[in-house]
Amino acid sequence: MDGVIHPLLAEYGVRVIGHVPDAGHTALIQRCERDPAMQVVTLTTEEEGMALAAGAWLGGARSAILMQSSGVGNCCNLLGLPRILAGPLLLLVTMRGEWGEENPWQLPAGQAVPALLSTCGVLVHRADHADDVAPAVRSALGLAYASNARVAVLLGQRLLGAKAFEEAS
Amino acid sequence: MLDRRAVVRTLLADRGDLVCVAGLGGTAWDVAAAGGHDLDLPLWGAMGAAAMVGLGIALAQPERPVLVVTGDGEQLMALGALATIAGAAPANLTVAVLDNERYGETGAQVTHTALGTDLAAVAAGCGIADARTVRDDAGVAELRDAVHARRGPCFAAVKISPDRPPLVLPPRDGALLARRLRAALGVE
Repeated sequence: MDGVIHPLLAEYGVRVIGHVPDAGHTALIQRCERDPAMQVVTLTTEEEGMALAAGAWLGGARSAILMQSSGVGNCCNLLGLPRILAGPLLLLVTMRGEWGEENPWQLPAGQAVPALLSTCGVLVHRADHADDVAPAVRSALGLAYASNARVAVLLGQRLLGAKAFEEAS
Repeated sequence: MLDRRAVVRTLLADRGDLVCVAGLGGTAWDVAAAGGHDLDLPLWGAMGAAAMVGLGIALAQPERPVLVVTGDGEQLMALGALATIAGAAPANLTVAVLDNERYGETGAQVTHTALGTDLAAVAAGCGIADARTVRDDAGVAELRDAVHARRGPCFAAVKISPDRPPLVLPPRDGALLARRLRAALGVE
């Protein structure tokens, strides 16, 4: 999956990557860190990414913000920032709290993600199978950076695989 | 006690290609009162976002000095951003917090800086090596020069009087402000 996303980000000239890490994004973050054309910024909370993306766009740089689904709720107020500026936003969200989830604490925030993003004016794409990823990310890049839209790609737990919780025996 | 309008006038003096992001409320009015400029982005909302917007611009425009002027209440909402800025380490970014120890727009309720929080110590603890508290005109003048030296990131808590000068309002249309700034930067 990450082997598909990084080349697309590079093709579209994305220079700034902001993230609160998630296991599902590990390899993508590593690829971006190895790319000398990209600056990777570790955030303390996901909402910082909304402001980072707005600032990067104002300065002429394209960005992508990476987070786990549990962080989307942290972004609510600042999702209004790119909207009021009529600027772009690209979010790549690894989903928890859905397909096969074994941590019940992930469900409330994870299940709220699509409705929450829609309510905040963010277009939502989903990728639940490997073949979905490249078209969804390419579409999102076009929506964000040709149409100045706010758009999120939800990378489904069915695609990523549910996290296993195996206790030491 | 320092006068907020005089502080902002000094920080924006001979600004050259400086980009200025102003946090919502008093600091946005201060930047407007200093004359307004196409390279200003005064925020009318997005509380807690000013420093991170400044970081984004600073990363995109590494050859320009970028100054964030915001209030203590606004920055207190985003203390984690100081750690993020320290980690990203943009040499061209200065965050100047005009600290009147009050939420000035909502009835002058005390902020945490009135209750013991030392913002320069927080910034230093986050890893911003040049973190200072400014209490006099000489300190403001030194801070203005630090903004342009681009040896940051730099953080300053500027202790100001709680007086509220007359409102001077910048444009309210975010799309207009954004395109004005992008056009001035040559990226629109």
